[in-house]
This record gives sequence, structure tokens and C-alpha cells, in this order.
Amino acid sequence: MNRREFAKLGVMAGALGLSGIPLGITRAAGQTKGGTLNTIIQPEPPILVTALNQQQPTLTLGGKIYESLLRYDFDLKPLPGLAQSWEVSPDKLTYTFKLFPNITFHDGTPLTSEDVVFSVTKILMENHARARNTFSRVAKAEAPDPLTVVFTLKTPFAPFLTAFDCTTAPIVPKHIYEGTDYRKNPANAKAIGSGPFKLKEWVRGSHVHLVRHEGYYRPGEPYLDEIIYRVIPDSASRSVALEQGTVQLTQWTDVELFEVPRLSKLPNLTMTTKGYEFFAPHTWLEFNTRIAPMNDKRFRQAVMHAIDRKALLNRIYFGLGKVATGPVSSKTKFYEKNVKNYDFSPDKAKALLDEMGLKPGPDGKRVSIPFLVPPYGETHQRTSEFLRQSLARVGIDLQLQGIDVAGWADKFSNWDFSTTTTTVYQFGDPALGVSRSYVSSNIRKGILFSNTCGYNNPEVDRLFEEAAVATSDDKRQEAYSALQKIMVEEVPVAWLLEIDYPNFMDKRLKNVVTTAIGVHDTFGTVSFG
Amino acid sequence: MERLKTFLRHPTGMIGLIILAAVVILAICAPALFPDDPWEMVAAPFQPPGSEDLPLGSDMLGRNVAAGIAYGARVSLTIGVASTLAALCIGVTIGAIAGYFGGKVDDLMMRITELFQTIPGFILAILLVATIGPTLTNVIISIGAVSWPPLARLTRAEFMRLRGREFVQAAVCQGQAPLMVALRHILPNAISPIIVTGSLTIATAILIESALSFMGLGDPNLMSWGLMIGASRTVIRQAWWMSVFPGVAILLTVLAINLVGEGLNDTLNPRIARKVRNA
Repeated sequence: MNRREFAKLGVMAGALGLSGIPLGITRAAGQTKGGTLNTIIQPEPPILVTALNQQQPTLTLGGKIYESLLRYDFDLKPLPGLAQSWEVSPDKLTYTFKLFPNITFHDGTPLTSEDVVFSVTKILMENHARARNTFSRVAKAEAPDPLTVVFTLKTPFAPFLTAFDCTTAPIVPKHIYEGTDYRKNPANAKAIGSGPFKLKEWVRGSHVHLVRHEGYYRPGEPYLDEIIYRVIPDSASRSVALEQGTVQLTQWTDVELFEVPRLSKLPNLTMTTKGYEFFAPHTWLEFNTRIAPMNDKRFRQAVMHAIDRKALLNRIYFGLGKVATGPVSSKTKFYEKNVKNYDFSPDKAKALLDEMGLKPGPDGKRVSIPFLVPPYGETHQRTSEFLRQSLARVGIDLQLQGIDVAGWADKFSNWDFSTTTTTVYQFGDPALGVSRSYVSSNIRKGILFSNTCGYNNPEVDRLFEEAAVATSDDKRQEAYSALQKIMVEEVPVAWLLEIDYPNFMDKRLKNVVTTAIGVHDTFGTVSFG
Repeated sequence: MERLKTFLRHPTGMIGLIILAAVVILAICAPALFPDDPWEMVAAPFQPPGSEDLPLGSDMLGRNVAAGIAYGARVSLTIGVASTLAALCIGVTIGAIAGYFGGKVDDLMMRITELFQTIPGFILAILLVATIGPTLTNVIISIGAVSWPPLARLTRAEFMRLRGREFVQAAVCQGQAPLMVALRHILPNAISPIIVTGSLTIATAILIESALSFMGLGDPNLMSWGLMIGASRTVIRQAWWMSVFPGVAILLTVLAINLVGEGLNDTLNPRIARKVRNA
């Protein structure tokens, strides 16, 4: 979750205002072609090469510049990207992709299967942790002809086809990067990809200016002439820019959640929370299950009963999201809805705590537990305050501890905490984004977003492994359903919410959110009217 | 007695004292006025002032702003007074030693003081709180640690002025120990300006605490005015009352303490006091 680390830089990035570039839309001839899309990027990314940096802003912006083999619909089914077709062998070990002809990079060089092989086996393996997790399972990658790529896996890996979106597997030009120090390559400043838009200018602290890639392989695309990503560090200014039409699109946390009800009423804007299905951000209250009383399942169940998660959703997240029911988001594949339900009931919580022997003291407190307040802004702060009040009602005294970003990451990843909250992305498949938080093999001290809670259940480990390598979806569903039922009973962490982020856009804009990665996609078909 | 009378006739000093007394009473009576915890979400969020049972409105979580102000007064006053006491202990001790002994001891003490004076106080406070962790005690220690240098310099100057006076020389000649001379003869005569500066330090301490809380470096378990403003800063366009009322509370309290400090200065300074009396 690099965008969190990046929040720090956002504070430092100075506002340089909106100057120098004509605003609004310049309609070209025809109904749908032409126009300039102004939007926001915050915080400003350090680099635009998505193969080298996967922080949130980099991915949002880089999606227009770098494309990958596939795209995914809202149900995470693969659609053609750079690959027009693909085949999977019956033993699920060989994946053959056929590329579209006539794909060119922004510098005019044709994109061939050699570039795909180089990107996947070299630059991504070295620089992209999430991609490495998948592509380290590739035994060999071959390019028998310029338009064919063949991946042979060591063992079957079910979510392999879910790893070819442009945030996981961006294709970079081999002729520019081969044999160089990737991070120091001077071409990084030019960000040469094959997407529908190419970099024209990047004025640090002000804006990133993208223009149409004339040699784009899809006929007619892109519709827009230009996209301008403006750096606006102050959240109030971002809302004003949207209201006044200075920008026509916002994404992620560009607009503070409390502004959403007000902005939703504006006549010239529409709002959608679609386009985050691939990420499926899942927020939970994490316990360090190594220490008492968090090591007792009844305590964790009591916490689940003590928190009015509906109220949390409505009061702090303004209804943007859903109450989470278990480890797998309802947006992710293999979600199981028939699991134990933890209704809001302080009485049940008190009964469980009594049963454990945690009786209230004379001041009504049963136990005091430190809680690290995640230093990522107001929503987290308010969530922490909400949790403290909720747990206080059943006699659990949550002691909030303020901490800076580095300190939070350090204490959390080194297990030097009792409780905190965290948000983790699921990346479409439980094998990619869920198992990492719970399997015992991923209990790795010092690594953020590993199994920090210390949950260890051999049966769950076995089911996760079985599901990852199973070759049929039915078998996978069976294993995932089984493990979700076990985990919801044991509550390794208290799942709170599936969060939706609002995309606000000008009513005239079409096709902004068409896939499961939403605003991260190429924007080739986006148009005004 | 004479001095008290002078103070009571000091118009702005009295205004300050009345406001300050009101804040103190509010702080003491907070649990009686608002039996609910100030963190308790008692109403719908974003209720404007004057809504049912919410004279000052509710905040974005539906907490009572008025309750927050009352409980915040406790935090602000506690931290103001406690950190000033801490600053007085450090400052007066260092200043007294430096002023009494002079020479090399004075040099050493003053270089240490200057070290602290060259670092901007607020920045140092941020650094300290961020390092040792934002709890009530640590915030008090941090504010105390950045507030003592002016008190030390003032005490030193007073001690140096009085050190050469006949009654002090006489006490030294009688063989009294330095500690006795300092406590019984010099300090009582130097106390007036220290009291005045100390009272103003309380006001500064309250401001520093508010600023720390505003930045999210206050104790997150305590409802304080700075925290209220910091939390509602971003919603000021929708809900002005969440930041304005705590802001007014800080303004009034700091103003009151400054007025009282000024009143004390006029009363305790013999030359001005006489003028006030004769006026």
C-alpha cells in the first residue's frame, strides 16, 4: 500500500496553483472526438514508469501510458488488452497469448512478444513485488514469433490470468531498458510505453500533460486529445476545482468523504464507486494474536459484536462501502456469503468477555489495550475514535496512541503493537491479495502487509495452498468457502468494511469507468459526449 | 492587602480575572454540566448550533461541541499550569544558580540556556512530543522544556541585581548557606517579575498545546480545543461551528491570562502600582 507512505510527500509537495494551461474543453470536429480532460493527481508521483514504482498515483497516471496484455470487466473476467486472444492448456501449465498486430511504442518502435517476455521476466521480476509473486511461478517465457507469447508455469497457479492488468504487468520497451540500470535509465523521464496517451510535459509541482499517441493500435482511439493531471495538494482546493469545472474527474481520495453528499447533489456531476473491484480495499481492526487477551478467540468475537459497523459505515464513510463479512471481499472472486454473522450486540460481547473471565473492574473497565492510530488522515483518526467509544461500552478500554507514518509501519510490521487498523487490497483473487495476510508461511517480521496478526491455523494454510494450485474453479470455490467459514469463526482480525471510493466526473464524460481497475485503465475510449 | 486592592481597581486585570474564573468554573463543573463522555456520539453528525440539546452543535461524529469545550478547558488549564510549573522549576533553579554564583557557573548555565533559546520553541516541542510519544505527561514535559529559558534569564538578572545589595551581603557575612540566602533573602525580592512572566507563560503553554493538538500531536485520548479545531479544519466550509467555538475558547482564555498578567505586572511593580493607586 504504497500510496499511504506517499501521503507524507503529499504534505511536502507545494501548491503551485493552476496556471499556464487553457482550461475547459476544446471540442474538435465530430461528436465524440477531441477535447482535453483535466483531472487531479495527488500526491504527485515520483516517477511515471509503473514497472519501477507502484505507488497509487504512479499507477493511476501510468495506466494511460503503459498497457498490459489483458483488461478485466467488473466481474474480473479477462478482456483483450494488448493480447487479442489467449489459450490455456488443459493441464493449466501453458498460457499462449496472441498480440494485436501493429502495436507501437511512443517512440515508433513496434511492440513485439520480445518486449512482453523482457518485461515479465526481467524488469517486473526485479522491481514489482506483486508481479514477482505471480511471475516467479513461470518456468519459461518464450516468443516463438513477434505476435505470440508462451508462458509455461512450474506448477498450476489458478490466478495467473488475473495478473495481466496494466498495474500488475505493464509492458515496457525492451530496446530501451535491456542491459541498463533500470532505475537510472534516462528514458524513465520520457516514460515511453504503448498506451493511448504519451507524455508531453511534466512540470513538477504543477501538472503532468499527456497527449494522444497517434500510432495507437486500436482504430479511432483515443478519443481525447489531451489529459492533464493537476497536482493539487489541498483537499479543499480539490473540491473547489471540481465544483468550478476546472477539473472534470476525481478519483480515490481526491475528494474528502464528508464532501461526497454535497458534491453528489451538483447537477453537472455524476458519481460512481465502480472501478475499484480489482483492488477491493478491505479495512479491518488488526489484533496482535500473540498476546493476551487478543490470543483468545472469544475476545476477538466480542470485539466483532461490540462494533456497530453499520454506524461506522454511515457516520465516517458516509455509506461508501459495505460491512465486511469475512476475509474475502464480496467484490473478489470466491467470496462466500454463508458465514457466521456477527450482529451488533454489546450484550453478546459482554457475555463472551464474562465467559473468558475478563470481569469489569470497579471503574467498569475489563482490560486496557493500546491502539496505534494509523497516521493517514482524518478518516482513520475518526475511525479510531469510533472504535474506542464502541469498545468502551463493553468495558474494553482502547488507549489511542498517536504515531507518525514511519513509526506506525515500523511498529506494526515488527509486531510491536496490540491493535491498529489497516486497509489491504485484494487484487481480484484470494491467492493474490487475501492469503498473504493469514497464511503462516507469510509470518515475516519487518514486512508490512504480511501476516502481521500472527494467525496460524494449519488447516487454513492447507486450504489456501490447495485453492491456489487447484485447476478448476469449483475446487477453488470449495476450498475458499471452507476456509472462510473457519476464519470467520476464529476472527483472526475484526473485519470492518469494504470501502468504496467515489469517482466524480463531468456529466458529459463517457466510458471513464469501464473495467475493474476503473480510473487506472487506459482511457482510450473516454470522450466528452 | 494593599496590592490586592490595587489589583481589584485595575480594570483590564479584573476583566481578565472574571473571564479566567469563568473558564476555571467551566472546567471544574464539566462532569456536572455534561455527564456524558465528551467523546460519546450523542447526536446526529453535523448538527448546527441551537439544535435540540446542542447549544454549540455537534461535530462530524455527532459529538457535543459544548461538552468538548468544557472538557477541553480542563485539558488546556491543566497543561498550561502544569507545564508552567515545570518551566518555573527548571528556569528559576538555573537562573538562580547562574545569578548567585556568577563567573564560570554563570557562563555554563547561560550557554545551556542559549542552546535552548536558539532552537525555535514550538519546533523543539514538536520534536520532543514526536520522539517520546504524545501522552499528557509527555506534552507537559515538552512544553515545560521549551518554556523555561526566558524565566531562567529573568531570574538570573534579578539575582545578579540583588546579589550585591547590603542585606544580602549581611546575610552572607552572617555565614548563612547559599541556599538559605537565595531562598530567604533574594527570591522573595525577585518574585514579582517572575510571577508576572510565569502567568504569561501559562498563556503561551496553552497556545503551544493547542497547536500541538491541532497538528495531531496531542494526547489522542484527551478532548482538547486544539484537537477539535484540527479535526474540523477540513469541514469548515460545511460546519463553521466545529472550529469557531474552540477557537473562541482559546482566544478568550489566552486573552484573560494575558490581562491578568498585565494587571499583576502593574500591581507588583511598585512604580506603576503607585501611579494606579494615585490615579
